[in-house]
Amino acid sequence: MNGQAFLKVAGMSVGYGPTTVLDNLDLDIAKGEFVALLGSSGCGKTTLLRTIAGFAKPFSGRIEVAGRNVTELPPDKRGMALVFQSYALWPHMTVAQNIGYGLKLQKHSRETINSRVAEMQELLGLSGLGNRKPGQLSGGQRQRVALGRALAIDPEILLLDEPLSNLDARIRLTVRHEIRVLQKRLGITAVHVTHDREEAMVMADRIVIMNAGRIEQQGPPEEVYNKPASPFVAAFMGAENLLPMQVRVQGDLIELAEGEYNQTSVTSRSGRPLTTGPVELRFRAEAARLARVQDVAMQGTGHLELRGQIASVSYPGGHWRHAVRLGDREILVDADAPYNQGETVKVQIPADSLFIFNTSTNTAKIT
Amino acid sequence: MMMRFDFWWLPRAVILGLLAFIIFGPLTNLLLWTVAEKWYFPHMLPLEYGFSFWERVFSPRGNAMGSLATSIVVASLTVVASLALAIPAGYALSRLKLPFRGLILLAFLIPQAFPNLPVYVNIARFFYQIGLNGTIAGVVMVHVTHGLVYAVWIATAAFSAVQIDLEEAARSIGAGPFRAFRDITLPLAAPGLLASAIFVFLESLDEFTGSYFVGAPDVNTLPLLLYTASSGGNYQIASITALLLLIPSIGFMLVVERFLRADVLSKVGH
Repeated sequence: MNGQAFLKVAGMSVGYGPTTVLDNLDLDIAKGEFVALLGSSGCGKTTLLRTIAGFAKPFSGRIEVAGRNVTELPPDKRGMALVFQSYALWPHMTVAQNIGYGLKLQKHSRETINSRVAEMQELLGLSGLGNRKPGQLSGGQRQRVALGRALAIDPEILLLDEPLSNLDARIRLTVRHEIRVLQKRLGITAVHVTHDREEAMVMADRIVIMNAGRIEQQGPPEEVYNKPASPFVAAFMGAENLLPMQVRVQGDLIELAEGEYNQTSVTSRSGRPLTTGPVELRFRAEAARLARVQDVAMQGTGHLELRGQIASVSYPGGHWRHAVRLGDREILVDADAPYNQGETVKVQIPADSLFIFNTSTNTAKIT
Repeated sequence: MMMRFDFWWLPRAVILGLLAFIIFGPLTNLLLWTVAEKWYFPHMLPLEYGFSFWERVFSPRGNAMGSLATSIVVASLTVVASLALAIPAGYALSRLKLPFRGLILLAFLIPQAFPNLPVYVNIARFFYQIGLNGTIAGVVMVHVTHGLVYAVWIATAAFSAVQIDLEEAARSIGAGPFRAFRDITLPLAAPGLLASAIFVFLESLDEFTGSYFVGAPDVNTLPLLLYTASSGGNYQIASITALLLLIPSIGFMLVVERFLRADVLSKVGH
């Protein structure tokens, strides 16, 4: 983030009735930035978006747009446009009327509206569909109309509430890309809610990972992916393999104690706020490497080597996925070639793919 | 496959025949009476057919046209007043998280829950004191209390069937609350509201007890004319009047059936 925050959420608490969904939340978004709010369902990401849009009232805190306090303003006075998960197209209006409605509200002349609607249709590949009703469109087309309706009024901030979750997987990939290109071209500030990690990674400048009403971590996609700040973020970003271990911190080095399936290994602390004691160790299936017992050790230092048996093999496409049994646990490891079931293997995890967190505090902060 | 004789066709045929007779028998009788010039016991069918009573009913000096006009004016005003109350009430009941929502909906049933007669006798007494007896306004008010249950329940269902995000979508791109209601919610709820208007109209057209106590003899609606005619033994006039009442009922029922969609009906009373 550089410069002044364009959209600022400060100390905001929101809830429904007696339940608090978001507690004392702060978020700054720069002008022209594309921010993805990522989290599982019920984490408060949609509530955050709806509060920014003005559809939910915060108990406390402020929302500012370009230094202007909008906390008390109704949704129609905030200069934002929300794209709904359900698209919420008006069935009694044509495509052109849907897109042009916001302009009609702004009391533009008929000619201005018509040319702007035509422009939006052109931009979104909806040319020639202006007289159709939403019911006669495909899912992808409806999604574009919803986007066109929001963009037509030239909003300062575009809010997207899981707009791709109702699309076919194949269309979703192209629309993802289209929205991102459009957002960059128009230089619009966008807040995108999603539970799809890949979608957030591909589209956003910054990912804000939310859990239980709090922001767990925020940063550029590569940062949250490679340097998860908490076990939750690590798991959410795909590091599903979990092993409990003991560590001893020695200055800038950490020692992973010998266990039933590994020998002692020493790796760099690399800024991790760890203390001596029990830890949980996480890594991704694709980050680990499989090797036969007789194979030579991996090059480099600081990696962790585990020993286990192949429990099962499957082929999800591109690579072979192995379930490796380690004592009473199982981990998933990808490899380019399949190993035999029951074979004893070495699992090698490079130092920079190891995510280690103290077990006692799951809210360890990274700097 | 061998055809087997199904013994069940006989009771089924008898029951269906009886049902048909129960439904269509009185209607046929009514139709016959409207064209009967002369018909008395013990004859099964009228002795002479003709349209002379129709001429009498529709003659400028006959009461029927005046009563029809009164009935339509009363019913139309009842519809306007009921919808004026039911649209805001239904919208509030469907959108706001009101406490005791169920109880409020139930409250509109109260005018139907008690025996009509004592209620209307008391209303008539009260209206007489404040000078509303025998006025169109008085009759309309009685019909509104009666029709409001349909109007409010169906309007609530009609508004509930309009997804709230459709309204929010309008709000988010710059429509104020009234504008969003006018441009989005109202047009989408219109078929349901039209259905509720028709129900209220038909209820008002048919209403007798309240009209009798509050309106008669100054406000002479069709049911009152029907009552006077049939109690005076004038079955032809009564039958023709009944037929006049029947036509809008059947016509509107067909319309209502088209407008009341399943998604609205499923929300009635919820």
